[in-house]
Amino acid sequence: MPLTVLFSIGFLYPIARLVIMSFGDAAADLEQYRRIFATPLYLGVLSRTISTAAIVTLLSLMFGYPVALAMSKARGRLALVIAAAVLVPLWTSVLVRSYAWIVLLQRSGLVNAFLVESGFIAAPLKLLYTDGAVILAMTHVLMPFMILPIANALRSISPDYALAARSLGAGPLATFLRVVLPLSLPGVFAGCVMCFILAIGFYITPALVGGPEAMTMATLIAQQTTVVLDWPFAAALSSVLLLVTLLFVLVFRRALSISKGINSVA
Amino acid sequence: MTIVRLAGGVGIGAVLFFLLMPTLLIVPMSLNGTAYIELPPRGLTLRWYLDYLADPDWQAATVFSLKIALSTAVAATATGTLASLAIVRGSLPGRNALKALAMAPMIVPHVVFGVALYLAFSPIGLTGNFSGFLIAHCVLSIPYVVITVSAALERFDPALERAALSCGASRTRAFFSVVLPNIAPAVAVAAVFAFLASFDEATVAFFISDTGGKTISRKMFEDIDFNLTPVIAAVSTLVVAISLLLMGSVELLKGRREE
Repeated sequence: MPLTVLFSIGFLYPIARLVIMSFGDAAADLEQYRRIFATPLYLGVLSRTISTAAIVTLLSLMFGYPVALAMSKARGRLALVIAAAVLVPLWTSVLVRSYAWIVLLQRSGLVNAFLVESGFIAAPLKLLYTDGAVILAMTHVLMPFMILPIANALRSISPDYALAARSLGAGPLATFLRVVLPLSLPGVFAGCVMCFILAIGFYITPALVGGPEAMTMATLIAQQTTVVLDWPFAAALSSVLLLVTLLFVLVFRRALSISKGINSVA
Repeated sequence: MTIVRLAGGVGIGAVLFFLLMPTLLIVPMSLNGTAYIELPPRGLTLRWYLDYLADPDWQAATVFSLKIALSTAVAATATGTLASLAIVRGSLPGRNALKALAMAPMIVPHVVFGVALYLAFSPIGLTGNFSGFLIAHCVLSIPYVVITVSAALERFDPALERAALSCGASRTRAFFSVVLPNIAPAVAVAAVFAFLASFDEATVAFFISDTGGKTISRKMFEDIDFNLTPVIAAVSTLVVAISLLLMGSVELLKGRREE
């Protein structure tokens, strides 16, 4: 099988080598791991990575769900507009989108110019290179991964269910909360897991719009390899990130079919 | 009720604006007449596009990226289609394992994969060159190919293939004259996905590039970090245009398939 050969050379072997390296020269040397878990700085980066991913997932869900609902209901030209607004960013390079946020948020950027001119603030704020900028830009990048699986789930719900609920006397809110929302939960799960997994491993956006204090696991790993050149430590950090991701995937494997979530995106 | 609807509509409109606006801003920025990035743009110029075209660094990165992305599209589509056949049609006991393996690159964080590739590839001279990138980008693109082609294979009626076989066609013959024409649109879509996945990929490229072998996304990443000129806006606009053009054609292909 060509796939097996290719993946052995280009995927399994490198990952295995990385994990082995993290254990040092002597077999099962846990020194690097001790360093990660004994240093508050590194533990802080790990917990910030996870909490940032959680916030981004939550924001994407909160703002993405209504859009998914509108997407599943809309017809004609309106449907086209919504689809374009969701798909155009998805098909646009992450680099380009991070770049756009840099331009918007920088000191002389559009957001600051607008706030100063309209008299909300006296002097430009520091918006770029903050945690807020990372969360904003990451939400922008990942929201389509939330919207599409939910919209797919909503589309597959037969409108008869809602009609039945209405005819039995449920108001629109009750119909939504008790019929539509529960039926859309598989899509919500798929979207959340996709968002979260992509967010914890995200490199480009935090590297470009985040500051030194807004470090994530991904930017820390990159720093260890390109600036500090501490490869064994970078390997250990990578293994931890990989493990966290895999744990998360395993825990939610039942709730999710990754290929389903991705299929609705692709 | 109408007020609730109105508020909902405005809220959804705001989210759509948030999603769409940053990408669209790039276009006026790339046409801005001054060296600073400002909005609204002052004067219109194509200077930044000409600068991009004239710069040997950008030229080299663009050609390198296109070569890799085209080769990735061909190689990943071929490998991924074969793997999909094995996953959907095969009777091997390892089918599920194979499927999990093919999907794994979507789950492994790209930074981790990048570091791992650097460690494995640099001793054997596979960093900063075509072969190293081809292997890396094939691995990253194959999940998209497998998802797209498997979905098409599952929709395709196996009885047609059996009919061909019972009429005396060999397995290869049956594949090329019956199965492949039927799943051809999905294979084409998969090739476009693979091309874009490679062309846009920046994280792994960050680790396995070197000064000689640099893809366009790697060069963009560097310039955004250190050298923020309007040329980036021009390059970004071109990259977005290529992606949208390709994905637009995919939508047309999909539409035709569903009719």
